[in-house]
Amino acid sequence: MSVAPMIEVDGLEVVFGHGSRAFRAVRGISFSVEAGTSFGLVGESGSGKTTVLRAIGGLLPQSAHVSGLMRLAGETLGIERSRAFRRRVQIVFQDPYGSLHPRHTVDQILGEPARVHGLHRVDDRIRRALLEVGLDASFRFRYPHQLSGGQRQRVAVARALIIEPEIVLLDEPTSALDVSVQAEVLNVLGRLRREHGLTYVLVSHNLAVVSHMCDQLAVMQHGMVVETLNVGQMRTDTPEHPYTKQLVRASRGYDRAAVETLEEFEV
Amino acid sequence: MKRQPLLVVEDLRVTFDTPRGRVEAVRGVSFELGREKLGIVGESGSGKSQTGRALLGLIAGNGRIEAKRLSFDGIDLLAADQRTLRSIRGARISMIMQDPKFSLNPVISVGEQIVEAYRVHTKASKREARERALNMLSAVRIRHPEHVFDAYPHEVSGGMGQRIMIAMMMIPEPDIIIADEPTSALDVTVQIQVLAILDDMVKERGTGLLFISHDLNLVASFCDRVLVMYAGRVVETVAARDLRSAKHPYTRGLMNCLPRIEGDGSDLPVLKRDPEWAQ
Repeated sequence: MSVAPMIEVDGLEVVFGHGSRAFRAVRGISFSVEAGTSFGLVGESGSGKTTVLRAIGGLLPQSAHVSGLMRLAGETLGIERSRAFRRRVQIVFQDPYGSLHPRHTVDQILGEPARVHGLHRVDDRIRRALLEVGLDASFRFRYPHQLSGGQRQRVAVARALIIEPEIVLLDEPTSALDVSVQAEVLNVLGRLRREHGLTYVLVSHNLAVVSHMCDQLAVMQHGMVVETLNVGQMRTDTPEHPYTKQLVRASRGYDRAAVETLEEFEV
Repeated sequence: MKRQPLLVVEDLRVTFDTPRGRVEAVRGVSFELGREKLGIVGESGSGKSQTGRALLGLIAGNGRIEAKRLSFDGIDLLAADQRTLRSIRGARISMIMQDPKFSLNPVISVGEQIVEAYRVHTKASKREARERALNMLSAVRIRHPEHVFDAYPHEVSGGMGQRIMIAMMMIPEPDIIIADEPTSALDVTVQIQVLAILDDMVKERGTGLLFISHDLNLVASFCDRVLVMYAGRVVETVAARDLRSAKHPYTRGLMNCLPRIEGDGSDLPVLKRDPEWAQ
């Protein structure tokens, strides 16, 4: 018998609102992520990919109706998330301009989660976390507005890693960055995963970023998974589902012939 | 046969006076725009947007535009009075911005806004303008133009909003369209549909398109020629199809650091900046 996957999602449904105004953002999706691997969720806006990530992280508003099963290393997750869960699962958000407290120094930003979780030698940890994301000690007492977008995103990654989680949920971590900065941040994320054996769930609309970072990916549309494929299928351009094929073709750039073949995929 | 370029820009400079001193956003940019798709690529802060905005004089109050030459169809844009500029802006050179959410008036219906755009520049009757607006909405492939005409901006999706913006900018049949990241907020499938509309305008009506974007792959596949900007200067001008074999180390560095769908997932080459590029 093999070890339970790090993350299992089984028949997840998320509904916002009630009655005639109910909106089914996620419509019964299932996937699992093995420990130490990276799983991508791709799709266009409104496909439900971020909602899935928030459901795993326990970050949906209380009004959202969540059903289906989610397990972490074999343990079923309830609605409330424990401190122990937060210790194991951390999140990096898309916008490094909005996700760091503007009046806290980098030192305070990194120190807070370490203290919340009652860790010792916070000072050492802050120094090490900065080094790990490629920022030297001079950044420690700066405020977010004194940092570039790429440096802020490194701080956000350091904040997620300082408590040594097993799983990092990444919500479009490089969409707000220039491509040269994106490459640096992706390299940092890749190296940290290798060095610490982390498990990633990466949400992105950018197929190239997901192909680059992930072992497996699920293509979402209208709250459903249309296809789960491994990165080899992506790289050799052999997806099965016509929607995935269309998405890949459109992602490769402008192609007048492709425009004529675009189809609407209804629910 | 070489036709006269629509726009000639020579040694364009845009400077801002700030409390911390003078900032030179654009430092001596020169190019010509014909009836073609000319791309400007660069990272944030490279001056690509300020270059596009300077052509219409759309620069913040603390900014100054200078150039040896800035001429459109024989008109000297730098010497032109406000009245002449008003007759050019929108009617002959129009601009498509990145985000329809901030560029459409939220309290006026979509149709009325397009009608207004048309009637400001022509003496058309309301009825005629309405007809033109509906035609234009179908031209940008909106399936139920009558329905969308009466909708308010918050009732349409991002892709629809951007098509509406394009319809509004196209209706006076401008000679030049400056498009600043016109599709960056859109899903990829909507993006290529919107680009096809711009492509058709260039091919069918001979519009000149200045396409400003940070997306190198998109520019390489869509444009005819590309200007690569770095620190307020054009470091390289290259045919779009040759962008992948560009010469300048900055352009090459940018192309190389893009993750690729068919890549092998190994670490991406990181761009090493050379202070000489900014000289």
